[in-house]
Amino acid sequence: MADHRLHPITPLGHDTPHSVTIGPVTITEVTDTALASLAARLGEGKAVADIADTAGIPLPGSGHAAQGATFAAFWLSPDMWMVEAPFATHEDIVAILKPHFGETASLTEQTDAWARFDVTAPDLPAMFERLCNFDLRAHGPGAATRTVIEHLGCYVVIRAPGHLSVLGPRSSAASLFHALETAARSAF
Amino acid sequence: MTQENRIKGGQIDRTKTLRFTFDGHPYTGHPGDTLASALLANGVRLMGRSFKYHRPRGPLSAGSEEPNAIVELRTGARQEPNTRATVAELFDGLEANSQNRFPSLKFDLMGINDRLSPFFAAGFYYKTFMWPAAFWEKIYEPIIRRAAGLGSLTREEDPDQYDKGFLHCDILIIGAGPAGLMATLTAARAGARVILADEDFRMGGRLNAETLTVGNHSGADWAEDTVRTLAQMPNVRLMPRTTVLGAMDHGIYSAVERVSDHLPIPAPGKPRQILWRIYSAHAILAAGATERPIAFENNDRPGILLAGSLRTYANRYAVAVGDRVAVFTNNDDGLRTATDLQAKGIDIAAVIDTRQEGDLLPGIRHLKGAQVIDTKGKLGLKSITIRHANGRSETLSVNALGVSGGWNPNLNIASHHRGRPVWNDAIHAFTPPTGGPKNLTAAGAAAGALSTHAALQTGAAQANAALEALGLKTHTPDLPKAEDAPLNLTPFWYVGEGKGRAWIDQQNDVTVKDVKLAKQENFTSVEHLKRYTTLGMATDQGKTGNILGLAIMAELTGRSIPQTGTTIYRPPYTPVAMGALAGRSRGPEFKPTRLTPSHKWAAEQGAIFVEVGMWLRAQWFPKAGETTWRQSVDREVLQTRASVGICDVTTLGKIDIQGCDAGAFLDRVYANTFSTLPIGKVRYGLMLREDGIVMDDGTTARMGENEWVMTTTTANAVPVFRHLEYVRQCLYPDMDVQLISTTEAWAQFSVAGPNARKLLQKVVDQDISDAAFPYMACGNITVCGGLRARLFRISFSGELAYEIAVPTRYGDALIREMMKAGEEFGAVAYGTESLGVMRVEKGHVAGNELNGQTTALNMGLGKMVSKKKDSIGMVLSQREGLNADDGLRLVGVKPVDPSKPLTAGSHFLDIGAAPVAANDGGWLTSVVYSPHLKSSIALGYLKNGTARIGQKMRAVNLLAKTEVEVEIVSPHFFDPEGDRLRG
Repeated sequence: MADHRLHPITPLGHDTPHSVTIGPVTITEVTDTALASLAARLGEGKAVADIADTAGIPLPGSGHAAQGATFAAFWLSPDMWMVEAPFATHEDIVAILKPHFGETASLTEQTDAWARFDVTAPDLPAMFERLCNFDLRAHGPGAATRTVIEHLGCYVVIRAPGHLSVLGPRSSAASLFHALETAARSAF
Repeated sequence: MTQENRIKGGQIDRTKTLRFTFDGHPYTGHPGDTLASALLANGVRLMGRSFKYHRPRGPLSAGSEEPNAIVELRTGARQEPNTRATVAELFDGLEANSQNRFPSLKFDLMGINDRLSPFFAAGFYYKTFMWPAAFWEKIYEPIIRRAAGLGSLTREEDPDQYDKGFLHCDILIIGAGPAGLMATLTAARAGARVILADEDFRMGGRLNAETLTVGNHSGADWAEDTVRTLAQMPNVRLMPRTTVLGAMDHGIYSAVERVSDHLPIPAPGKPRQILWRIYSAHAILAAGATERPIAFENNDRPGILLAGSLRTYANRYAVAVGDRVAVFTNNDDGLRTATDLQAKGIDIAAVIDTRQEGDLLPGIRHLKGAQVIDTKGKLGLKSITIRHANGRSETLSVNALGVSGGWNPNLNIASHHRGRPVWNDAIHAFTPPTGGPKNLTAAGAAAGALSTHAALQTGAAQANAALEALGLKTHTPDLPKAEDAPLNLTPFWYVGEGKGRAWIDQQNDVTVKDVKLAKQENFTSVEHLKRYTTLGMATDQGKTGNILGLAIMAELTGRSIPQTGTTIYRPPYTPVAMGALAGRSRGPEFKPTRLTPSHKWAAEQGAIFVEVGMWLRAQWFPKAGETTWRQSVDREVLQTRASVGICDVTTLGKIDIQGCDAGAFLDRVYANTFSTLPIGKVRYGLMLREDGIVMDDGTTARMGENEWVMTTTTANAVPVFRHLEYVRQCLYPDMDVQLISTTEAWAQFSVAGPNARKLLQKVVDQDISDAAFPYMACGNITVCGGLRARLFRISFSGELAYEIAVPTRYGDALIREMMKAGEEFGAVAYGTESLGVMRVEKGHVAGNELNGQTTALNMGLGKMVSKKKDSIGMVLSQREGLNADDGLRLVGVKPVDPSKPLTAGSHFLDIGAAPVAANDGGWLTSVVYSPHLKSSIALGYLKNGTARIGQKMRAVNLLAKTEVEVEIVSPHFFDPEGDRLRG
């Protein structure tokens, strides 16, 4: 990336990502991941799958997320995924992906459309059963879903046991963060 | 006062003493007590006054069906009216008060209603307060409400928090009595995910209230052991203090968990209650049964309880409601009360048994074929009068009477989908319908299986049936040995003798006489009976009275009880606090708040914010010395038009549209043509609904061969996206189009004014001269030394203007950078008010004009609807009624006297025309003060408007009581030729 002179702020409006610990729960703003939606053009599902395989981009099935060496992805809708990559090296993620996919896929930068909060706790289901209709007791690492948290359309991606990401609309980051904090206090 | 009525045994913790007050008097109780049990232990039987007649009342029951012992708990903001003392868990420091009495519970002035009862029979209100009609709302109803009140509200805000949540399981078991516990044990051992919910704070149901044994244990001990076993199982969630409120659709059950109601105040951060939505593949209703009374004269005195409840108080709470007790029963279960209480050392005066047949109880005066015909004791039972089988009457001195008319299965939830209960002749009660909620079955007493053995057996059987349906391994457990005695009930509903009132629905003061009156006046359907007498319409929903009432109606009309039927059961099963339904959505957290990328900066500038949907947008930016909003807005507008202004326009919807057919797709969703738009250009588009009415407007930019960015209005960002998805997926699935919202991904600012280009050129890395970046150009650029950005040369204000977008995280930095770059031009930030002023000056439509009633033609944009191609709404926009030559047209409006302010919403009237609907010429949609024209100006829809330009009319607002003479002008007040924006 060019060395421009604009300084970013986090979704919560800070210079560096904010983090809070409430009992066993830690909620952390995550800003070091670039996002792009990847949607196969009509009839190009196979081509996209092949290209993604070559490029090291996992394309998980519905309700799932997968992690590759550099890229990760979670499923959005039929033939559509959200691709994740390290922000430091992939800030202009569409420019990086476009040469791979050409006209077989539509790519859209989504990095700043979302505020991402990673939540860690030994017993996440006890907290998230108060937030959304995602049955965490029945799903483990690699599960991902679209759900609603306090009126906000969000993605929940289970990264590892006791560790998940909530991606919510960036403009409502403060409201979403407040909802997460409130649920953590309520549950533990 | 000491706990004079406390006896031995029970499931209370005597090592701890809890202090509480009732109507200001101090008492003590123990953990494990309810407010009712503790008051009864202290010799307090009188707990409330009835709804209509203000009759002194004590508890009838020991559970959630309670109609009488209705009290207010706590004080101040936490005061809660209309709670049942029989389920209020005692805690140290509880303050409880009786309600619906003045000045005191023992001496209630409104008790006069009882003397006037002949006037207050069923239908009294309907017949009496008919005239004059206008008196009902203002005079009659307030008086009646005060007299027949329930508890009072403090009108203070509830200080507690309520959560909502979602639970999932294979089998939901409703009720933790013997059937529920056995079902849970069976299902859990098979590996199913089970939730066991019970409204009580102690699981075990009737096992806690009886002396019956299960296996080698007392029932209570077996329940405790079983609960302990279940608590160790990871696939079981035990939810005491949780009432399942209803069966919703698709296997969803609602339940309220009382997390902190048993505490003085909730722990910090903890909710008082949680409203759960439980998703369950199967459900087993094991909610037990409710005992029903027998109606007889003066059967409502404090001290007269359901027979099973007398046992509950004695066995579970170690309370003797009276020291000399009688029992009135029509079944064998009632006899248990006599034997249990006698075993506790309580004097049993007699068992009055309506049945002739059957064995006599040994060692107890058991009167066969007898009836209780009257009682005495104003504030509490003192004696009962009985009629022996041989006709002789006798008065017995007793201070407690247990009544049992049989047991009604708690089938409510099984009938929440309108399934009609089924009459069971063996127990003379309704049982759950066969066509209830899918995958819900009933077990135990709720299914009409009233013995302990039958409860255990049906609990296991229904669990196995659910397991089988789930494909899990079934296993028939060894059932512990338990009693299996029949009920031996001979139906007996009410005592015919006596002229006084015999109560059916004690909470709503409905008597046998009221049912007779309803029948006499031909209100014989149960639905009419309910509404005419108010039977079952109180907060207890008639749990003890309904079946009795309809059985009496059946008898009076000569129909069978199943022919008479029941009213519809509806959720919630028991009353729910409004706070639990609201959850966290209250006050400022009623909905989420959306902040713009420049919010932090705007707040630092002292911006005044306005709610636009969920967004907070800067409305204007006051400067030192400005005392009114007009001063700020006028300055922002004038300075923007004179030099340059910057506005955060991120809130407008942005939709990324890609694919080989994206252009053709846009031709379908927009009324005008887009597929011909060159790459690097923007076009204004008008989107119609299928019915030809305008849905939204905005610009769409072609960023590449197959890449487009659509903007929508702020309000319609989501509806338009939803519409496009519908069109893509359902109408044109063969088109190659991909959509995703990017509203939040980009921070977008409008930079407008003659110096806009000069300012931006200091920020943008590329040449943006008019030649390089002409009017309606767009493109990918970089700013501030290389940050990727987008630039659109579009104008809402009518000025030379651009919209510039950067990834949202840089939005804060960009506005700071641009304001700094603009210092030399005197750049201003402007808010939504100035945005509005400038767009009205320019004659651009916005939300007020796009109101869902108007067409492109109305807006003066009729030519934009291309007839050369098919598009959504094109055909129906040609309807005759939408195309009249003299239809509404967008016009500009200015007052003839520039000092006169206009009022939005005013209607156009011809000079001299009367202000009636027939003369209505249209209305003013948007009104602003134009600092350029130094007057109010407006946009409006006027019939035949274009032809009336230059004419004078009146703008009349009957609500605001304003009338202004106006001149109809072109809607383009400012730079009508558009020279400035092309500059």
